[in-house]
Amino acid sequence: MTIATAFAYLLAAVLFIVGLKFLSSPRGARRGNLVAGAGMVLAVGWTVAVLWQTFTPAGIAICVVGVAIGSVIGTVGARRVHMTAIPQMVALFNGVGGGAAALVAVSELLKLGGARPEFQTGFPSVFAIVIGGISFAGSAIAFAKLQELMTGTPITFPGQQVVNGLLAVVIVALAVILLAVTGSAVVFTALLALALLLGIAFVLPIGGADMPVVISLLNACTGLAVAASGFVLDNFALIVAGTLVGASGSLLTKLMSDAMGRSITNILFGAFGQVHVGAGSGFAADGRSVRAGSADDIGTMLAYSRSVIIVPGYGLAVAQAQHAVRELADLLEKRGVEVTYAIHPVAGRMPGHMNVLLAEANVPYEQLKEMDSINGEFKRADVALVVGANDVVNPAARNSPGSPIFGMPILNVDEAHSVVFLKRSMRPGFAGIDNELLYDPKTVMLFGDAKESLTKLVAAVKGA
Amino acid sequence: MSQHLVVLITYFVLAVFVGFEVISKVPTILHTPLMSGSNAIHGIILVGALLIAAHAETPLEIVLGFVAVVLATTNVVGGFVVTDRMLEMFKGRRH
Repeated sequence: MTIATAFAYLLAAVLFIVGLKFLSSPRGARRGNLVAGAGMVLAVGWTVAVLWQTFTPAGIAICVVGVAIGSVIGTVGARRVHMTAIPQMVALFNGVGGGAAALVAVSELLKLGGARPEFQTGFPSVFAIVIGGISFAGSAIAFAKLQELMTGTPITFPGQQVVNGLLAVVIVALAVILLAVTGSAVVFTALLALALLLGIAFVLPIGGADMPVVISLLNACTGLAVAASGFVLDNFALIVAGTLVGASGSLLTKLMSDAMGRSITNILFGAFGQVHVGAGSGFAADGRSVRAGSADDIGTMLAYSRSVIIVPGYGLAVAQAQHAVRELADLLEKRGVEVTYAIHPVAGRMPGHMNVLLAEANVPYEQLKEMDSINGEFKRADVALVVGANDVVNPAARNSPGSPIFGMPILNVDEAHSVVFLKRSMRPGFAGIDNELLYDPKTVMLFGDAKESLTKLVAAVKGA
Repeated sequence: MSQHLVVLITYFVLAVFVGFEVISKVPTILHTPLMSGSNAIHGIILVGALLIAAHAETPLEIVLGFVAVVLATTNVVGGFVVTDRMLEMFKGRRH
């Protein structure tokens, strides 16, 4: 590496660090992303400029075509995706990075022509292949769960832990063979295949509602795999940028699970051994009845109450009902009703989801209350209006130790005088469990798409 | 172990500390954008993919290099664009 290249990479690393710093404050976040992007352009551009003389003809072709294709996929994917589908998009973009890191390491091992690699390149190669492979396959499963290509509920079977443990043991054994005996392509191909399998097996038993935490963890994993590739290629930029993401991503994973009031191990391994408990503790939905109300009744109830707390959830995002909910809130405020929004940290499918949506509809910032500051207020609220949220208001998190969400902090909606649920159907929430609050005598249901229901309520309040 | 390797390990260890330090106080609403932004940064693997693709000669090397470049570019471009889209939503909230 020339001195100039070293300085270019150093500058890129500084831009990444400054970018991350900005990204962690609301004011500078967008600028932070641009700063980090500038670092990326510098690092990649410089690398191409320096390499240009040494490219093989085939090398030029695959780089140009590859970058063009990747840019199109990335731009179109990121631009076209619905706001509600952004978490799974992030999972995909993360997974492909892990896959690339694994392929870089595979290519380096191929160059040895089957000879046993030296430890100082062999060890990081193995690491990049295994962690990159796990990240790729795990992210693909996370995507499938969030996109509802497969069930979002945990997939468990007896002896699962043993199977996963065995997979891990075989991977370690293959790694040792690669480092100590032979660099044969058979060994590292098998290593990659098993890493992919472990990635799948690792994410299957985790419920859809926990996916943001899993994606964050896999993001940190990809960072470390990239850093390992940096050791293989002896490249400063890869080591520093990859490690930054690995470290900050690990911390972020912990912060996210703290926000859900769960430990990381509970999220990752909580579903194991619950095969029987899960089946036994499901509330029997049939036999109990819910009270469905008309929009007119509910509108009147809202119009003549003193305080209303709106609890937005994923259903609001799906229906794109942020403008409708604001219209209703404005109308109620004009009538002198005190309106606030209770924002659960993980409402929707990513932290901050609701803030983003409501900000788009220009809901005044002062009306958005975080969980800790609003939870004491429900006792005094006349109506809690739950718009497409379910798990984050499910009292089972407090009362039912067998429940998968037991221990998760929830909004104390059940303490309000009356509760109104706007829901499409009686389908359980993303965690796949029933909500006893729906059967509570003080609860009224208004079935239908959140946007349509809100529009009906607006009309009803106007007429009240 | 060469002295050079020790230097690389030093970068690694220092970067771990910087990574922890730099995001230690982040509000909940920024968790997802931050995850997405750091996701874009590990797209730096594109540099590695270009390094192996540049000298690809055998058909196998060409295929591996090509796939690695496509995957890595998707990571970089998609990562930054989707983060920007997310953060775009925050504007206009602070009047």
